[in-house]
Amino acid sequence: MQFGIFTVSDITTDPTTGRTPTEAERVKAVLAIAQKAEEVGLDVFALGEHHNPPFFSSSPTTTLAWIAARTEKLQLSTSTTLITTNDPVKIAEDYAMLQHLAEGRVDLMMGRGNTGPVYPWFGQDIRNGIELAVENYALLRRLWTEDVVDWQGRFRTPLQGFTSTPRPLDGVPPFVWHGSIRSPQIAEQAAYYGDGFFHNHIFWPKEHTQRMVEFYRRRYEHYGHGAADQAIVGLGGQVFMRKNSQDAVSEFRPYFDNAPVYGHGPSLEDFSRETPLTVGSPQQVIERTLGFRDYVGDYQRQLFLIDHAGLPLKTVLEQLDILGEEVVPVLRREFAALKPAHVPDAPTHASRVAAAGGTKDATVYTGGDDVTGRTAEAATR
Amino acid sequence: MSTRTLAVVSAGLGVPSSTRLLADRLTTATVDALRERGVTATVEVVELRQHARDLADNLTTGFANEALRRAVETVVGADGLIAVTPVFSASYSGLFKTFFDVLEKDALTGKPVLMGATAGTARHSLVLEHALRPLFAYLRATVAPTGVFAASEDWAGGDAGTPALTGRIHRAAGELAGLVAGRPPAAPADPFADPTTSFEDLLRGPGA
Repeated sequence: MQFGIFTVSDITTDPTTGRTPTEAERVKAVLAIAQKAEEVGLDVFALGEHHNPPFFSSSPTTTLAWIAARTEKLQLSTSTTLITTNDPVKIAEDYAMLQHLAEGRVDLMMGRGNTGPVYPWFGQDIRNGIELAVENYALLRRLWTEDVVDWQGRFRTPLQGFTSTPRPLDGVPPFVWHGSIRSPQIAEQAAYYGDGFFHNHIFWPKEHTQRMVEFYRRRYEHYGHGAADQAIVGLGGQVFMRKNSQDAVSEFRPYFDNAPVYGHGPSLEDFSRETPLTVGSPQQVIERTLGFRDYVGDYQRQLFLIDHAGLPLKTVLEQLDILGEEVVPVLRREFAALKPAHVPDAPTHASRVAAAGGTKDATVYTGGDDVTGRTAEAATR
Repeated sequence: MSTRTLAVVSAGLGVPSSTRLLADRLTTATVDALRERGVTATVEVVELRQHARDLADNLTTGFANEALRRAVETVVGADGLIAVTPVFSASYSGLFKTFFDVLEKDALTGKPVLMGATAGTARHSLVLEHALRPLFAYLRATVAPTGVFAASEDWAGGDAGTPALTGRIHRAAGELAGLVAGRPPAAPADPFADPTTSFEDLLRGPGA
């Protein structure tokens, strides 16, 4: 099982000091957090994508490429990549490039984005969110798996004889997760392709997570990718830890009370009861996290949100120490002991290359399809 | 004898509240009218005052907590709804509106609804027509033609009300009972049932 962290890249005032970091400080902090994640033995770092303040991460592949160059083992992912407002051609190009730079340590999580005003900035309409996700992702897959693509759809200018470069590393595209809090169509999409399904598992009660994962697993089996319990499931989670539970609660409370998404609403105690948020001792986090398995089954990836709402870098790095030293080793051992042998691990580049029958050079030297022999020139004639 | 469920939403704030009083009179009359049609009704009352904080939390978090979830399920799952609000600043109260704001947009589609409102003066009586009816029309509920408005003077004859109010209550209750008895029991759609359209259809897009 993979353990990691995901960040939304928010620039938020620290409510305890009233100080707001600069973009430059926050960017550097996130880079430090990613490097620390590898240092403490976590497996995954996932970065969000946003195109409006107070977030900085409009260009995730740039950031992830820097992190790739400074790390050895860390799996790089997104949380999420906007499949609705990004051009799928640009996603295909950017993430194949990142895959080469990171030597395969890349996967993606597709999300629709729920910020209405963002859509028109990119020529789209939030009311078409599902349709955009479906069409754009279908095109993205073709761009990664077919050397020369002719394509026409509703939302993007047509393509004729188009080759997306670089081709995916070793001829194997990055593994894709689909994230959605409550849209069964997205769980259906993940199941249809045999991709992973990720539930944010932060903002809403666990019943929503449970229903979405159950549906995804059932449909995964329906589409013939394997048994329901072999589907690839990832969960988010939000924790804040101190040695003594009460210290964690009193330190985190001002950040919770003023958090951009759910602040000024329910109490920390109410929200902890209603959602998977866990604020307390490392042991409490271990117990709560092991309990996730009770309602989603054996799953492959657990990501924690630990760096939002204005928490200072120093505190976040301390949280990473606690995760790496006290929490994740226990979770790794306990989850592994519970997992039946037929339940797969999260796919990696190495496992996907092996499944594809080994590495192959996917380079398109002259613009031609290696299956049909068709060239770009022929396609446009 | 067949059975149906009635949900009653009251946005009254006082105890006792004339809003709840009107809701109770409408409920009793509707249960009686259903019985005359051979239908046994069970009644569940949602007092929005008890969910004031839950509703505010729902606005900030985007989800209903457990207590509010039960109230929402009561209303969404019912065969008929009696919804009564006090008039605040010439319209339904914010508490009343917030409850309907946090429902899923299709949650009340086709649901038989009886509207009621209370105020200190009869000059607010058209609130049913200019505020509540458009709200339920937007939600695609099936609203009984008669809504019942009760001002202070309607209660002047004691809790039994004036004959005019009683007449309106019985007419409205009869209309709601007719709507509820005339349709099969509610069966809410399950968004997590296996899809009726294939993913291939979704891929081909609309009109394909």
